[in-house]
Amino acid sequence: MKLNHKDLLGLEYLSKNEIELILETAKPFKELFTRTVKKVPTLRGKTVVLLFYEPSTRTRTSFELAAKRLSADTVNIAVSTSAVVKGESLIDTVKTIEAMKADFVVVRHSMSGAAHIIAKTISASVVNAGDGMHEHPTQGLLDMFTVLEKKRKIKGLNIAIVGDILHSRVARSNIWGLNKLGANVFVVGPATLIPKDIEKLNVEVHYDISKIIHKLDVINILRIQKERQEQHLFPSLEEYSELFGINTQKLSNAKKDILIMHPGPMNRGIEISSEVADSKNSVITEQVTNGIAVRMAVLYLLSGGDGGECESFNS
Amino acid sequence: MNLLILNGTVCDPANRTYKKADVLVENGKIVKIGKTLNSKLSTLNAKIIDAKGKIVTPGLIDIHTHLREPGREDEETIRTGTLAAAVGGFTTICCMPNTNPVIDSVSGVKFIIATAHQEGVVNVLPVGAITKGQKGEQLAEIGKMKNAGIVAISDDGKPVMNANVMRRALEYSKMLGIPIISHCEDTNLSALGEMNEGYISTVLGLKGIPRQAEEIMVSRDIALCELSEGKVHIAHVSTARSVELIRDAKKRGIKVTAETAPHYFSLTDEEVKNGNYNTNTKINPPLRTKEDVKAICKGLADGTIDCIASDHAPHLDEEKQQEFKLAPSGIIGLETTLPLVIANLVHKESLPLIDAIAKLTCNPAKIIGIKKGTLSVGSDADITIIDLNKTKTIGKFESKCKNSPFIGMKLTGFADTTIVAGKIVMTGGKIVSD
Repeated sequence: MKLNHKDLLGLEYLSKNEIELILETAKPFKELFTRTVKKVPTLRGKTVVLLFYEPSTRTRTSFELAAKRLSADTVNIAVSTSAVVKGESLIDTVKTIEAMKADFVVVRHSMSGAAHIIAKTISASVVNAGDGMHEHPTQGLLDMFTVLEKKRKIKGLNIAIVGDILHSRVARSNIWGLNKLGANVFVVGPATLIPKDIEKLNVEVHYDISKIIHKLDVINILRIQKERQEQHLFPSLEEYSELFGINTQKLSNAKKDILIMHPGPMNRGIEISSEVADSKNSVITEQVTNGIAVRMAVLYLLSGGDGGECESFNS
Repeated sequence: MNLLILNGTVCDPANRTYKKADVLVENGKIVKIGKTLNSKLSTLNAKIIDAKGKIVTPGLIDIHTHLREPGREDEETIRTGTLAAAVGGFTTICCMPNTNPVIDSVSGVKFIIATAHQEGVVNVLPVGAITKGQKGEQLAEIGKMKNAGIVAISDDGKPVMNANVMRRALEYSKMLGIPIISHCEDTNLSALGEMNEGYISTVLGLKGIPRQAEEIMVSRDIALCELSEGKVHIAHVSTARSVELIRDAKKRGIKVTAETAPHYFSLTDEEVKNGNYNTNTKINPPLRTKEDVKAICKGLADGTIDCIASDHAPHLDEEKQQEFKLAPSGIIGLETTLPLVIANLVHKESLPLIDAIAKLTCNPAKIIGIKKGTLSVGSDADITIIDLNKTKTIGKFESKCKNSPFIGMKLTGFADTTIVAGKIVMTGGKIVSD
């Protein structure tokens, strides 16, 4: 089976089958990591440009490793060193990249819709590595991959996303993806950080996690940004931590096998206590490993690869 | 030159006239309206326009246009803005003062009038600023600007956030007999939002502008109107609740008038999503929802909303072809207003033609207190001839800019001929050169 898309801009635009195809395809790629040679020649000769308008270590490194393990060539363009500081527009920047014959543009941008603008402008495949408050589809995919690996299913699971839902692209991608795969999705956070009409995305809104903790199979904890305090969104990090930070006390009523996830980077002691982050329920470091496998699957499938064919890596 | 417009249907809402008649124009004035004026053809020595099958209306008046001159002549000039107006069927346009510099003094007003006189092809009536530099602090020299020719005051683009300043401005302008055109937006609440706040903004991850940012200020301005007994004209009404507030105020006898723009009865916030962050759907106030569109149509039908204005706001491609957040708000409208009124209000039977024309002629004329917008004998021969059956796909503009969400849309009903003071300035969609 093939993925008939030029770009991956968000999980909103993928069907259940397409999401499952990506997650299936990621499995053999993950097995590759246990070998001494963690590399396949699949994308040899292809060029992947990593265009990052926002600082990012983990996502950029993850995409770079994914591309390299597929034998593609990678180029990094970070905003501070690029022509952007000279006032070049996004469209001109990506037209330049296209002229250099890139096959993929992986883009991270602080503004929603930036990946769409690029996808409309160039013929290379665009992978959205996070655009503003919109989507971060590969994060959503790697979160689902991780849940699937640990729980063997997603359908029927009770999964809560906790924190700043309003500004979170991770939350939106998870909501789209998890709903398509049949999970029951809850969002928990301060009322000021819950966007209007979010319940129309088929999620249940809660302001107090203790009300639902007993039934949760997974908690995905979002990073809280300090600058939100200045926008009258919550009074202090201390208060945020007391009301919404996940610690052992808040988990006292939770299922024994509850999965603790965090897209990173973590603010230990604020949205998540160290004890919880380092507990046996935490799969935070595995999320990082899975991120590479999922991104390999995405690049492979967008290049026209067949999801069934790559099973052969197992042999 | 004299003109004789034959065989058309005269639609003159100021006189509640809708009948087959000929119109005779001499020396820039309307001198006769009646049947079979052509029998005296040989003695008239007039240029004949055959308006068979077409509607002859007073020249359209737009009380809300941005011409960008002085300061942003790359976006639009008084010349090109009036060319766009002529193609759109407008014979009189009121230009907003948010230029660079702001039109907040007599010299600015004189510049607009002189430039329009030299280079414009339609009448241009300047709107002066309410406050110096549109900063919302000190009153501009409204009286001197009135004497120089402004027809209204407005800090459009920005609201006057300080209610006391607004109160004094209303009292002062009442004395001068001119209205305040109020851009209703509580900027603390809209807080640099990018689109209507709701499901679509949540899905797209764009910063929302709640409808209440408009409604709070509509409500405030109605209260201040009551306090000052001044004349407030609410610009670009976009929400259902704003319509209700204005309807209620009018019932209580408060002197408030209102306009909407064609996009608020033609499009919803879903357009932002359908267009994949198409920045030509970024407008302030933002496109709202289906319920709002319905309420706007109802407000137009029952007279709550007095007139329709273009809010023509040109922006260059390079400004609009950016990230949604960075793109400026606003769309051009002079060339699409009439076709959208006809297509979305008249053809869809939400407004009879004569009422629609009233909202583009005598109603705006009354709001700014000018003796135009009618075909009464003796009035200025500003005339628009409309072809209700002409179909065109939107895409070519006389404006310097093409920031329109209506590009590619097929519409039926366009201006066929535009006549200013007895002179044909546009016919068949083409400008008639001097």
